[in-house]
Amino acid sequence: MLRLPRFRYLRPKDAREAARMAADLGPRAMFVAGGTDLFPKLKRRQFEIDTLIGLDFLPRSVRNGTDECVIDAGATLAAAAHDQHLNIRCAGYAQAAGLVSSPPLRNAGTIGGNLCVDTRCNYYDMTYEWRKAAGFCIKKDGDICLVAPSSPRCWALSSSDTAPMAIALDGMVSLSGPDGERELPVAALYRDDGIQYMAKQPSEVVTALRLRATPQTRSAYVKLRRRGSIDFPIAGAAIALVLHGDVVSDCHIVLSAVASHPLEARAAEEFLKGRPLEPEAIRQAAELAAKPAKPLDNADLSHFWRKRMVRVVVEQALRQVSDQQAGLGG
Amino acid sequence: MKVVGKALPKVDAVAKVTGRAVYADDMLLPRTLHCKILRSPHPHARILSIDTSAARRIPGVLAVITGADLPIKFGILPVTQDERALEHQKVRYVGDPIAAVAATEEEIAAAACDAISVEYEVLESVMSIDAALEPAKDERIQEYGGPNNVHKFVALEFGDVDGGFERAKTTREDVFFFQGNTHLPMEQHSAVATYVDGKVTLWSSTQVVHYVHRALAKVLELPMHRIRVIGAAHGGGFGGKTDPFAHEIIVCKLAMLTGRPVKCTLTREEVFYAHRGRHPVLMWVRSGVDGEGRITAMHFRSALDGGAYGSYGVASTFYTGALQTVTYDIPAYRFEGCRVFTNKPPCGPKRGHGTPQPRFALELHLEKIAHDIGLDPVELKRRNFVQPNTRTVNWLRITSCGLEECTRKVIDASRFHERRRGGGHGMGFAISSYLSGAGTAIYWNDMPHSEVQIKVDRGGVTAFCGAMDIGQGSDSVLATIVAEELGLQPSDVRLVTADTDTTPIDLGSYSSRVTFMAGNAALEAARKMRAMLVEAVEAGGHRYDDVTFEEASVLAEARFGTLTSAGSYTPPRIAGPYKGSGVGPSPAYSYSACVVDLDADARTGLIKVNKVWIAHDVGRAINPLLVEGQVEGSVYMGLGEALMEEQAFRKGLHKWPSMLEYKSPTFLDMPEVETFIVETIDPEGPYGAKEAGQGPLLPVPPALCSAVYDALGVWIDEIPVTPEKVIEALRRKDKGEPARYGPPRFPAIPYPPTIKVEPPPKNLDGHVADQEGTR
Repeated sequence: MLRLPRFRYLRPKDAREAARMAADLGPRAMFVAGGTDLFPKLKRRQFEIDTLIGLDFLPRSVRNGTDECVIDAGATLAAAAHDQHLNIRCAGYAQAAGLVSSPPLRNAGTIGGNLCVDTRCNYYDMTYEWRKAAGFCIKKDGDICLVAPSSPRCWALSSSDTAPMAIALDGMVSLSGPDGERELPVAALYRDDGIQYMAKQPSEVVTALRLRATPQTRSAYVKLRRRGSIDFPIAGAAIALVLHGDVVSDCHIVLSAVASHPLEARAAEEFLKGRPLEPEAIRQAAELAAKPAKPLDNADLSHFWRKRMVRVVVEQALRQVSDQQAGLGG
Repeated sequence: MKVVGKALPKVDAVAKVTGRAVYADDMLLPRTLHCKILRSPHPHARILSIDTSAARRIPGVLAVITGADLPIKFGILPVTQDERALEHQKVRYVGDPIAAVAATEEEIAAAACDAISVEYEVLESVMSIDAALEPAKDERIQEYGGPNNVHKFVALEFGDVDGGFERAKTTREDVFFFQGNTHLPMEQHSAVATYVDGKVTLWSSTQVVHYVHRALAKVLELPMHRIRVIGAAHGGGFGGKTDPFAHEIIVCKLAMLTGRPVKCTLTREEVFYAHRGRHPVLMWVRSGVDGEGRITAMHFRSALDGGAYGSYGVASTFYTGALQTVTYDIPAYRFEGCRVFTNKPPCGPKRGHGTPQPRFALELHLEKIAHDIGLDPVELKRRNFVQPNTRTVNWLRITSCGLEECTRKVIDASRFHERRRGGGHGMGFAISSYLSGAGTAIYWNDMPHSEVQIKVDRGGVTAFCGAMDIGQGSDSVLATIVAEELGLQPSDVRLVTADTDTTPIDLGSYSSRVTFMAGNAALEAARKMRAMLVEAVEAGGHRYDDVTFEEASVLAEARFGTLTSAGSYTPPRIAGPYKGSGVGPSPAYSYSACVVDLDADARTGLIKVNKVWIAHDVGRAINPLLVEGQVEGSVYMGLGEALMEEQAFRKGLHKWPSMLEYKSPTFLDMPEVETFIVETIDPEGPYGAKEAGQGPLLPVPPALCSAVYDALGVWIDEIPVTPEKVIEALRRKDKGEPARYGPPRFPAIPYPPTIKVEPPPKNLDGHVADQEGTR
């Protein structure tokens, strides 16, 4: 069987202590907040560490304000998916959390963990023996990208379902570092790189997520995957928008699993602002949103088809919000 | 009957669902060592040297072995003894075993494997049927076989094929491809061996304790009486545990060398390399039909991508041509088959062994002919159905046959002919047939294929049989038959099974043989036992039904001494008079019919299966609950193969050897299934029973593709039917090209001249049937 490597497990009492431990230990340590992606990766030797720093001290509540919802990073994906207020105010986020993997993994996986989930590539998400046979890739142990050998960078895919939705909902993350705390827009949490995909310091702990949604905000997330369960996204569209009458007054469209970071479809957002959300506008916006998506052959099904499907998921998500009642989550 | 036909729970159900069943990996004998296997990173390479010295120095490592320690070759078929437990000269696929380590911890064994250094001379790899038909660039994969990398040719002809085509009003040719896929059992292969007092004992997750026993004797050079093989509780096989495997031999050797128990459980990735799964098969078929749509002749060609070793491949090749005639009355038939070696994990038997691929081709081919001549496909197929108690042109004996009734059930229940069409909605229909056990053993011998002993003592009854329950319920069938005959409940019968020291032979859980063969052996043994009990009871002036079983057994033991009985089953000799006739004959054939209802999205190419109706002629359902389970499991597996499963390779490596990346349906992807059990009471099956575990898979892929055509007007002539293929077929249709996605051509294969075989008399009584199409 594939065995976990031996590691030390540390249980800090709060985020500051966890951050200090991480800063002291450097790259030989990692945080664990659910572990549903981390433990398989340890077994496959994609992560090689000797210490895990448990984040199970993180609070797990969901709090609701007038124009925002604050979710503690320790809340499970299942809790977020089932939270009544989130389902009303930030419907797309609850939807995204409920589409991650399978019920047992949503009971263990946390919303903080899903924001930080590693990028994926089907040359990388393999055992040590497979990667050795294939020739190691740039993301782990090697020096070339196997999906784009002439490129100097890693093209692993951002595979979080909740991150694009958090960005669409103007989310802010609270980070706790060894020397203090700070808040960062979720969009600024990521970098366009398959290896260094997070812009936060490795020692900083994500402690909470603040989603901003007025009672007028409508949101939806559509996920594309081969099966009804388990699979990571191979494309996805997160939409949050506000309608004044029929007309779109504010709009965010963020794509999942088509780049190394959640991809904001700015041109489509601009196009929709000031237009009524009707079928032709939806079609054109979806067309614009799909343009920047450049899937490569490193996830399930062909990249040609995935590219073609970006338009479809954006349209489906826009139609969902168009059918919703504001603030009621459809 | 009191218990036969009742929907009783499996006899081992509670142990399995409560976690009390002991699988091989659950075993942890004192001082157990853990084994890891070093495998080839290259698809094709010569091994120049292996240096194990660094591995041997690692503390905790007790033994390191290589091919030099196990040089004797083995293989499931006597004609293809081409495998070594460890290869020290040449590797033929990524995953080929090279060296093995026994260590005190599994991690230490893994680290030791990583410390072994192997020097390779990398050879050009052969990754496709086309490449295998070309001359090898460096060297052939195997030294034996046909030209280039061809492993096996088959060329047979029955009846007047050319004349049949001349008589045809319409002929049609099609090319199809059935992608390879793997078994994906929940339990990975696992084996534990001990070596005590000069005797090897192996517990393994296997479907074939007897064949593993034989292979161990050969490779370990030990007499069979010094080896004991025990089938551990089993977590699923589907054909994937039907060969003797390297890890089984390796743990025995390591136990012999170290004197300690040795365990090896494969990782999921290694299970993908052990494989022996569905062959990828390219097929070409040409048929002629007369004005009424009756088949006048058929010519079928297959090319199988066999992977690197023989495994069951010779049999698989024959099977791609054998059973076409068992559903449709084909008066003249030519079959040319070819299996090639490629640098991939070896293919072998998976549920349906070699027959789902031609079934897929045949059903779609007939659908297309029906469209060509403007006949309802169901009607065209019906007109060609075989009749009970006939012999096919290739000498296969058909006895009970519920094809008509199966068809009627699914067509009526699905309201197939009143279906709503258009808007992406469609329905498709297909039929199939499968063996109830292969008529010949894997190695030639005259002995029974299954044997059962029964012991009764003072109220207790124990049945002994070599049969291995792989989850299909063979233990429940044995217990039910013995219970029925003795007037007990299945839970009253103790079973000792799948243990070469204590049970008589059963050849194994493959070819859907166990209910039929072990069932008949159990029936014979139980009837003999009942006769003794009845005689003793009646000698005392009572009737058997009026005394308790305990009283009856005490009376009988007092009268006869130790109460034992035995029964065995040998299939009838019904193979035809030609070379290769051993593949295809079965004492009985099961029949299935299936309708698939789906929605296909023309924009995305995505398919949603709404419902499957399936009827299965099982002869008699000894336990209808288990039959339904087997039928529904077959539908599940058939849908997986039709829609997503794919043993795919990239740069010489298996593309996705993991349960997350290799897509197989989840609960959420499974549609509603309505199952109909059809009973035809077979004259030779136990209580009339036939097989249920494999046949119902076969009609599912073609029915699904027919439904896609019904929905969108495009033929997807290869599976899996992925959304890209649907989109591409629709694009071609829009451009006015043939509305189809599939292989463009069948390669030129240098088949040898066909062996011409005279057809048998059509009826079993020896008379030529007076039926159209045979004159």
